[in-house]
Amino acid sequence: MANEATSAANGGGRMQALLGWIDERFPLTQMWNEQWGKYYAPKNLNNWYYFGSLSLMVLVMQILTGIFLTMNYKPSAAEAFGSVEYIMRDVEWGWLIRYLHSTGASAFFIVVYLHMFRAMLYGSYRKPRELLWIFGMVIYLVLMGEAFFGYLLPWGNMSYWGAQVIVSLFGTLPVIGSGLVEWIRGDFYISDITLNRFFALHVIALPMVLIFLVVAHLLALHEVGSNNPDGIEVKKNKGPDGHPLDSIPSHPYYSVKDLMGLAFFLILFCGVVFLAPAFGGLFLEPPNFEPANPMQTPPHIAPVWYFTPFYAMLRAVPAFFGTQIWGVLVMGAAIVLLFFLPWLDRAPVKSIRYRGPIYKVGLALFVVCFVTLGYCGLKPAVEPFKTLSVVGTVYYFAFFLLMPWYSRIDSHKPEPQRVKYHAH
Amino acid sequence: MLIKKIFLAAMMLVPAAAFGESAAHLDHAGTDINNQASLQRGARNFVNYCLGCHSAKYVRWNRVGADLGISEEDLQQNLMFTGGKPFDTMQSAMPHAQAIEWFGVAPPDLSLIARSRGVDYLYTFLRSFYADASRPNGVNNLVLPNAAMPHVLADLQGVRTARIELVTHDGQATPHIVGLADGAPGTLSAEEYDSFVRDTVNFLDYIGEPVKAKRQSMGIWVVLFLMVFWLFTYLLKKEYWKDIH
Repeated sequence: MANEATSAANGGGRMQALLGWIDERFPLTQMWNEQWGKYYAPKNLNNWYYFGSLSLMVLVMQILTGIFLTMNYKPSAAEAFGSVEYIMRDVEWGWLIRYLHSTGASAFFIVVYLHMFRAMLYGSYRKPRELLWIFGMVIYLVLMGEAFFGYLLPWGNMSYWGAQVIVSLFGTLPVIGSGLVEWIRGDFYISDITLNRFFALHVIALPMVLIFLVVAHLLALHEVGSNNPDGIEVKKNKGPDGHPLDSIPSHPYYSVKDLMGLAFFLILFCGVVFLAPAFGGLFLEPPNFEPANPMQTPPHIAPVWYFTPFYAMLRAVPAFFGTQIWGVLVMGAAIVLLFFLPWLDRAPVKSIRYRGPIYKVGLALFVVCFVTLGYCGLKPAVEPFKTLSVVGTVYYFAFFLLMPWYSRIDSHKPEPQRVKYHAH
Repeated sequence: MLIKKIFLAAMMLVPAAAFGESAAHLDHAGTDINNQASLQRGARNFVNYCLGCHSAKYVRWNRVGADLGISEEDLQQNLMFTGGKPFDTMQSAMPHAQAIEWFGVAPPDLSLIARSRGVDYLYTFLRSFYADASRPNGVNNLVLPNAAMPHVLADLQGVRTARIELVTHDGQATPHIVGLADGAPGTLSAEEYDSFVRDTVNFLDYIGEPVKAKRQSMGIWVVLFLMVFWLFTYLLKKEYWKDIH
């Protein structure tokens, strides 16, 4: 599409005629220019800005590999596990498609977490990008659902018991709890029926929602414009052509830069896919190579790594008043809090470059705390992981809930008028 | 008699907790899926000693033949004892219902056992049987206490015995198994037996993911290609961005 648009602009005969024919009937050139071709982005975007385009690439890859997996997978309790092994052994290149998809799931969370962290570094969620952040958060939520439903499909023993544990969390809700759990499972236990509906949700419902939300996220981004590592609004300094002085058109500049980022990502990604697809039991867990067995619980049930920070919070909260619901509420609140980030942050500057020591130290500790929680969530609930989980949970909430206060009293440096950019 | 009493006491006092699956020390298997001779020996061991009771129902005979350099004639003459076609999967000869009657539990399918348990576990497990008169089949296992599996390799390894010592813990002396000692000898020396088990476990590792060796050797080239590709994208980016000041 890029070539069509440029060659057409240069006056390339038949192609231009075709494009003109289309443009009279459908705003193809206009859409391309608005969304990418003539979308002006700040020129100082650094290495933290690769993860948005990478998330999109991983989404496309998951959908494509998912289509091919669906051609050979059988969503039934009797056949699911065997059909995955059939893909791994008998389907031509099936092993590669499956590993791309399973590694892609973990890669998706890695790039999304880094993408979100970028927003926290440079205040990308601040006004006027609140809605952009909220769309992003909903994408994150749906992605968690997508990953959860997908994890049941191989019908391994960890799939089975992981789903059992997560679904039973809804059972802690008062009054409706047990009825709700039965409604979700469609049965009295995780069964063939549950597998069937999780399959439907994983391959149709949530991917459609995800694509819709990604489109909304991108439309919102291209409407308000990208933030940048200096956290200043480039639209305040416009040139005579009406474009911000510090911005450059995405095509070709960010096209080639994101291509470079994609190539680098693929080196690491394919390294894992080909050389360590199980990633030491972190991406594909050993107990999941045993078929689901309702009679035999794995020695230690833990969700996949991308859920473990929240799983650690769930376990950090003790049961009292005869119910476990408090842990579930804490876990839910940990995610709900993120939605309010644009309004919790009251600092007069956006970027970490001009923020004071409180936020800098606070954010560094937040990273340590999140990684520690993730690690504790992988481990059995014994000391020292229990205490660490409690400390981590308390810090996680303190970081967000105290933000309206400390972000205001924190010192800050003056923001520059124009973005800092050193040509290299 | 005293020995037996202590032994029984030990069995009651120290079940899974003392040397449960995670507590047992696992030896390094040292297997290598690129060693085709070892895989061929492992295949021979597997069909002779494992396939009688265990299946490997996701593994096709002709895939094993193709990957391990065994012709279809050789497969059918030397490995496929129960007949069948080369494109069949490795099924056990033992009927499922009878297996449960004999062992109390159906022997697990071994297609993915190396992926779910790991090669070190299997290598240590097959070398950790010891005589235990309290068990229905006369043996127990250090790695998987009270395993239902009999020591099918006993004629090769011989039957080892448990070394029990009183271990004082919190002021109380209780009998513990501290290791295994040689008992009745088998037809193989200790080194020969270890390498027999290593070959067998190597084969189990191979059938866990038949494409693994190909995947790894291919992966090096994929990554090298992508590095070169990245270099070109880097130069392309540099060329475009030199206009930006």
